[in-house]
Amino acid sequence: MLRLKYLATRLVLAIPTFLVVLTLVFFVIRVIPGDPATAALGDYASQEAVEKMRERMGLNEPLYMQYFHFLGDLVQGDLGNSMITGNSINEQVLAVLPYTLQLTFASVLVGILLGVPTGIYTAVKRNSLSDYVGRILSLAGLSVPAFYLGILIMWLFALQWGLFPAVGGGDLSDPKDNLMHLVLPALTLGLIMTASVTRLTRSAMLNVLQEDYVRTARAKGLDERVTILRHALRAALVPIVSIIGIWTANLIADSVLTETVFARPGLGKMLVGAILQRDYTALQSVMVVYTGFIVVVNLITDLIYSMVDPRISH
Amino acid sequence: MNQDSNTQQLPERKLRSQKERMWNTFLRNRPAILGLFLVAIVILTAVFADNWFIALPAGQQPEPLLAIHDPLKQDARNRLAAPSKEHIMGLDSYGRDIWARIVYGARVSLSVGLGSVLLGGLMGTFMGLMAGYTGGKVENVIMRAVDVLMAFPSLIMGLMVLAVLGSGLGKMILAIGLVLSPTFARVAHSATLTIKENEFVHAAIAVGSGRMRILRMHILPNILGEMVVLGSIWTATAIRVEANLSFIGLGISPPTPAWGSMIRDGTPYLRDAFWVSFFPGMAILVAVLGFNLLGDGLRDVLDPRLQQ
Repeated sequence: MLRLKYLATRLVLAIPTFLVVLTLVFFVIRVIPGDPATAALGDYASQEAVEKMRERMGLNEPLYMQYFHFLGDLVQGDLGNSMITGNSINEQVLAVLPYTLQLTFASVLVGILLGVPTGIYTAVKRNSLSDYVGRILSLAGLSVPAFYLGILIMWLFALQWGLFPAVGGGDLSDPKDNLMHLVLPALTLGLIMTASVTRLTRSAMLNVLQEDYVRTARAKGLDERVTILRHALRAALVPIVSIIGIWTANLIADSVLTETVFARPGLGKMLVGAILQRDYTALQSVMVVYTGFIVVVNLITDLIYSMVDPRISH
Repeated sequence: MNQDSNTQQLPERKLRSQKERMWNTFLRNRPAILGLFLVAIVILTAVFADNWFIALPAGQQPEPLLAIHDPLKQDARNRLAAPSKEHIMGLDSYGRDIWARIVYGARVSLSVGLGSVLLGGLMGTFMGLMAGYTGGKVENVIMRAVDVLMAFPSLIMGLMVLAVLGSGLGKMILAIGLVLSPTFARVAHSATLTIKENEFVHAAIAVGSGRMRILRMHILPNILGEMVVLGSIWTATAIRVEANLSFIGLGISPPTPAWGSMIRDGTPYLRDAFWVSFFPGMAILVAVLGFNLLGDGLRDVLDPRLQQ
């Protein structure tokens, strides 16, 4: 019950954040040099055609009217139509959203499944060879740009070994095809996330392993596995959850690049396309969805805090 | 006896100790030394790409030095040629020498990396100092703005800012600088809050020092260490963000060599000529890893609280 109330408060508090971001995005986009009507029609379009296009795009209205139209539509769940293609943005977003969500979810899964155990292992085996190797690899993982890692992975697994398809998002109605297309992009983003999760898990575990209660657990003869997984890991979980939350929000940015490399449909590709084409409505809509995504991720992270550490109550 | 001589040595040892300890911590930190080495390689590569530093007759362009070849010269007959003795990293799709382009690309990456961190660091530190020291409404406005700006991943912010500004080296530096400034502001703000409660600051206020003087003489020197550490780590991020933006196609306009756009140019030929994309990526990795390692090492030295 308490948690529900907290949830409601947080969602209400997210509204001003949303409003600030939307307003900022709306006006910043309109500072972008270049006229979308000209961009849509090409440089050789006649003056009349451009005027007509501006009329159709709603650019002839005063700025504040455009702003209120945008907000009004948004409240009704309508993201408007693309300025360039005229298609409904709701449909466009709904078409690519599953791909982005799949990619994010799968990458986070890879990051957790690889990162947390590696972090624990390197902390327990501190200063051993595997610890050094793990540390160097995770720093390299933090230094490699997502698109470059994507290219290397694509080159090796798709072009050289031919294990997975190199480009595309696959057919959503065909789970096997869909999954095959998901593996390489998810591995790319997942490995980058693994790097920072490993680093943080290691340092959090090192802190906890020095605590008295861990020594007590060992002294009373508990199995080492129980000591580490039940006693130490439990206490190290809060920072680990927090880095996973931060990275999930970050993944969105890296997904822009991964989607470009693997020619995969998704929000990131839509964002880049909207910027390059000066598609104001598409751009602000993608930013709306991103902001929503970040708000939700932060909320989930906060809720998990109170689950892993009962002292944190909302 | 032994103990006695130790006590006698104490004052002198203490005098030397802080600098000495910092150096020792740094020199013992092997990853940090590796980082310094990698950063030095990148800087030297950028500096000695051509012989700009010798006096040339008016109108004569500097000759490639480390680069060996002209990064813009095209050899259409040998496009996508594999690495050979003559062209150690091969040729790209226009028949340009990849090694030469990587060497010249170091200039772009370093200018953007260091330039944007300097710019963002100055802006952010100033905002953080003002917010932390002044308090009240100023603090509220600045720090809430920082919160909103930091909610977005740096790449997305960079994309938006660059879309507004347009492309070019100066604009790229400005865009990434703007993106980095909130982080500096936040750290400078919290550091200032701690420092301003110290007695020496109260004393300075009591003797009538002005606000700017206190900020410059008493607070800034005390938060500088943290800012330098932050700067080193964020240089790595800035270089990576620049590579990302160039890869998307929003970077420095061609034919100027930039590592990110070199990788982009090579992607269509990945199957038959992987070297076109492979080597520029390695260059990014070396530069970013170098600054990351160096930053980690500097943090251990300048901020012993964070040492493990």
